[in-house]
Amino acid sequence: MARRLARHRGALVGIVVLAVLAVLALAAPWLSPRDPIRTAPRAALQAPGGAYWLGSDQLGRDVASRVLHGARISLTVGLISVSIAVGLGAPIGLVSGFYGGRLDALIMRVIDVLLAFPGILLALAIVSVLTPGLTNVMLAVGLSAVPTYARLVRATVLSARENLYVEAARALGSRDPAILRRDILPNVVAPLVVTATLGLGTAILAAAALSFLGLGSQPPQPEWGRMLSEGRDYLREAWWISTFPGLGIMLTVLGMNLLGDGLRDVLDPRLEV
Amino acid sequence: MLTWVLRRILAVVPVLFGVTLAVFSMLFLVPGDPVKMMLAEFVTTPDQIAQMRAQLHLDEPVLRQYGRFVASAARGDLGTSIRSRRPVTTEIGENVGSTAQLAVAAMLVAVALGVPLGLLAALARNSWLDVASMGTALLGVSMPSFWLGLLLIFVFSLHLAWFPATGGGDLPHLVLPSVTLGTIAAAIIARLTRSSMLEVLGQDYVRTARAKGLGGFAVVVRHALKNALIPIITIFGLQFGNLLAGAVIVETVFSRPGLGRLIVGGILSKDFPLVQGVVLFVATVYVLINVLVDVAYAYADPRIRFG
Repeated sequence: MARRLARHRGALVGIVVLAVLAVLALAAPWLSPRDPIRTAPRAALQAPGGAYWLGSDQLGRDVASRVLHGARISLTVGLISVSIAVGLGAPIGLVSGFYGGRLDALIMRVIDVLLAFPGILLALAIVSVLTPGLTNVMLAVGLSAVPTYARLVRATVLSARENLYVEAARALGSRDPAILRRDILPNVVAPLVVTATLGLGTAILAAAALSFLGLGSQPPQPEWGRMLSEGRDYLREAWWISTFPGLGIMLTVLGMNLLGDGLRDVLDPRLEV
Repeated sequence: MLTWVLRRILAVVPVLFGVTLAVFSMLFLVPGDPVKMMLAEFVTTPDQIAQMRAQLHLDEPVLRQYGRFVASAARGDLGTSIRSRRPVTTEIGENVGSTAQLAVAAMLVAVALGVPLGLLAALARNSWLDVASMGTALLGVSMPSFWLGLLLIFVFSLHLAWFPATGGGDLPHLVLPSVTLGTIAAAIIARLTRSSMLEVLGQDYVRTARAKGLGGFAVVVRHALKNALIPIITIFGLQFGNLLAGAVIVETVFSRPGLGRLIVGGILSKDFPLVQGVVLFVATVYVLINVLVDVAYAYADPRIRFG
């Protein structure tokens, strides 16, 4: 599989982009020229180049250092949000699809209701009852994606359940947990990996959007969405404050989408959109 | 067909009930006392807190509270905003037009950009044109709308001074927000149009049309595109929901009045009745739009209603 993925041009570009971002994020404390939250009012709004590679913001903070640290935050937020979504959604879908019956009907009705809240609205509703902050954003973004994963896993389980080898395993006396683990779960992995990779991009976008709206990370945290919203008021005199974090978000999400599309082509061509 | 439509409409009723239950429960998910949270900014006496609790009927049994919530919502009464002290319905009424205008304009932009881009990519499959169109679409899907909005403001308002950067009301104010919101949806529509078109182009009836000597254009428009557009109708409904939700962000970027700014303001000031009202309204509109889309889909594709 790794070889096929390496031959997929899009996936390869995605992997390279994400690998570079991951290295930059991990090495941010050492690579950053300055402290990302330390202000220097006298050095405010410096253009890129010279002492400040990517310029400085309205408070004289180094944009390059903030963008590098922002990569850490965004990647972490994406990973944790998707882990919450998969960690809750997959077991729900697995149980719902495998056992069927009334439990399945009930779970599916709840999921139908949750899917009635379009896009970021469910995350907004969740964040509204919690206090603004990065942890709650991860929770909101993660929880709002649970229905998507539950439904995906359920659909895969429903079709996997009909396979002859599942019937055979049952006839041979295998118990439900063993059948679920050995015969059903392997079918679920491929679509789940593809959707989760694409979901990482969506989660990062949603989290950055919530921070942009002032509902996520709080100052002086160097979060990309927050930096964009702070740079909005200085667009005319300092385009760099909002441009570089925006580029960061786009590259990260692009990397995830390229890798996700590649994984889909390699792992499960039937899923191609 | 009528039975099918009626059945589809009836299926919405439990979903809408569920939506009201979810929105109603929001208040109970607040860690701690929602009334204290709502009034956190004000200096309050225990009397005032008790008064607010009574105004929100929080002193009644939960089931009765829910019954009252649903009955009021059905009558079009979504409560009173804590900040403005005006009915939530009035607030929604004043803002819905602006958001609807934005969503419809964005949808037009999305279709006008997305369908031709996807079509071009499908017809020139595996050529540089295909790679370029799909590359553009991928960029569009990965682009945060708030960043695209700021870039458009930077170029078209601050530098070229073609369009106003902020505000709402007339057509010039609508251009940049609708392009921002529509571009993201266009990317998704382009990708879907391409795959749907590729599938249709491989069908026997397209080959037959070509075999009987029809020109390429006639085959594409009359035979292929018509059928390729059917699955796109479904994404239309989904995208419309995404546009409604995306308006939250785009309205903030462009400081444009609308439901999005209303709800963000509500969340920031802990105005729960307002937030609940807007969430309930948007979800209901989204569910109803999807019913309309399903009905349109069934009209376009007889296999659905007879299947």
